[in-house]
Amino acid sequence: MNQLFDFLVSPFQEFLFMRHALAACLALALGCGPVGMLLVLRRMSLMGDALSHAVLPGAAIGFLVSGLSLYSMTIGGVIVGLMVALIAGAVSRYTSLREDASFAALYLVSIAVGVLIISVRGTNIDLIHVLFGTILAVDDPALILVASITTLTLFTLALIYRPLMVECFDPDFLRSVGGQGATMHFVFLVLVVLNLVAGFTALGTLMAVGMLMLPAASAHFWGHHFWSASLVAVFIALFSGYCGLLLSFYGDLPSGPSIILVAGGCYLFSMLFGRKGGLLSRAQRGPHLTG
Amino acid sequence: MSAITLHNLTLGYQRHPAVHHLSGSFAPGSMTAIVGPNGSGKSTLVKGLTGFLRPMEGSIDRGGLLQNRKIAYLPQRLEVDRSFPITVLDTVLLGLWQEIGMFGGMNNTLWERAAQALSTVGLGGLESRAINELSGGQFQRVMFARMSLQDSPVLILDEPFNAIDQQTILDLMAVICGWHDEGRTLMMVVHDLSLVREFFPQTLLLAREPVAWGDTGAVLTEENLMQSRVMAQAWDQSAAICRKVPL
Repeated sequence: MNQLFDFLVSPFQEFLFMRHALAACLALALGCGPVGMLLVLRRMSLMGDALSHAVLPGAAIGFLVSGLSLYSMTIGGVIVGLMVALIAGAVSRYTSLREDASFAALYLVSIAVGVLIISVRGTNIDLIHVLFGTILAVDDPALILVASITTLTLFTLALIYRPLMVECFDPDFLRSVGGQGATMHFVFLVLVVLNLVAGFTALGTLMAVGMLMLPAASAHFWGHHFWSASLVAVFIALFSGYCGLLLSFYGDLPSGPSIILVAGGCYLFSMLFGRKGGLLSRAQRGPHLTG
Repeated sequence: MSAITLHNLTLGYQRHPAVHHLSGSFAPGSMTAIVGPNGSGKSTLVKGLTGFLRPMEGSIDRGGLLQNRKIAYLPQRLEVDRSFPITVLDTVLLGLWQEIGMFGGMNNTLWERAAQALSTVGLGGLESRAINELSGGQFQRVMFARMSLQDSPVLILDEPFNAIDQQTILDLMAVICGWHDEGRTLMMVVHDLSLVREFFPQTLLLAREPVAWGDTGAVLTEENLMQSRVMAQAWDQSAAICRKVPL
């Protein structure tokens, strides 16, 4: 028993960087749970993915200016991510191209720009850092940044919860009663970008979206309401963060992919055993009722 | 109460008119059926009336109804996500948006109105059902209950009875007649002419060009209907610029 406790807790007791990493995962999970659920509800999962790549050139420019500095890379990521979200939204609103296609076009351009910038000015190791993150190097400023973004996310979601839900469910109605649907959509995109940026300092630009999408996609199989599913997503994200860190600690593996792989395992489990439309629940339906 | 007046209205897409030089007015408290073959511009007219489409020419005088959000609108193809996790009650309560907005709460009067709206459309007892468990007819009843709660002086419905069974149509028609009795102005796109003859005092027959507009009996003549069938054809790719001068 004591050994098990040691196995599960001692890495975090002994090492400050593990505690930092765990705290970062905690904060990430709290913000990414509800935002990811909203992405799933709005059928924007792939747009989250596209946005996460769009953050790359911003981070790369930040990197170009001041090396592996958290602040410049974060600010760059936020600015370029928001720009891509804004332009993609505008393109789909004012031209005949749909939003998914315009996002895809813009993210391809921006990921090419990002990789180009880093490979011209940096080394391959830098590129790996930006793409896959260094959660084990999360320091105090990074922690404060992630926690601030989570706090902002949760407060903003609470504030715009009602119109955002209606905008998901029946956008035309919201428009006909003057409910500022477009504004809500944009505020939501800002939250997505912020959470992606929070994720990329820890998990890297490629993996950040994993913390957003995988727990949410898994939670879809468990919760019947938005809030219950979001809670499940938060717990899955937390669990993945914790187990992933242990996995990377004992297996000497990179932390980002470890965390995302655990989340992937949760997804597989939920898909098989989830109460709400999981594979097994579909196979064993039981005899039909009288009415 | 104000009515909606159309002045030489032309609406359309990519410079091709779908509603061509339409003038006339919907009187306050009137109940008008908008009929015509497919592609005759009925839905286009509705989109124009509700402000979703801007006129190519002419104008619509709504007496400030649109700015004040006093027009309740039920589109033909709802962009509603039917798999969204929301209950019947919550969906119906959306009709109170203008009264409670982003942050407002419910009070006893509002709860009573909501219960009233639900029972009027025959959905009492289904409040806590998720909308993805409803049949098409039940869902349309939910939409009607929501419209009731909006309490608008003008209601516009675009083919609300598509793929709806006879009993539901009769029940919902009773709701519509109730709105008419309360003095609201109603416009509804319909295909079922017998329904129009039975319930609607006024009819607008469209075939891109207006064919006839007035009392239902005078509009739905065999001659007018025949004319509407001939006129509503696909647009002409090489059409010349229209130089028609408003009367």
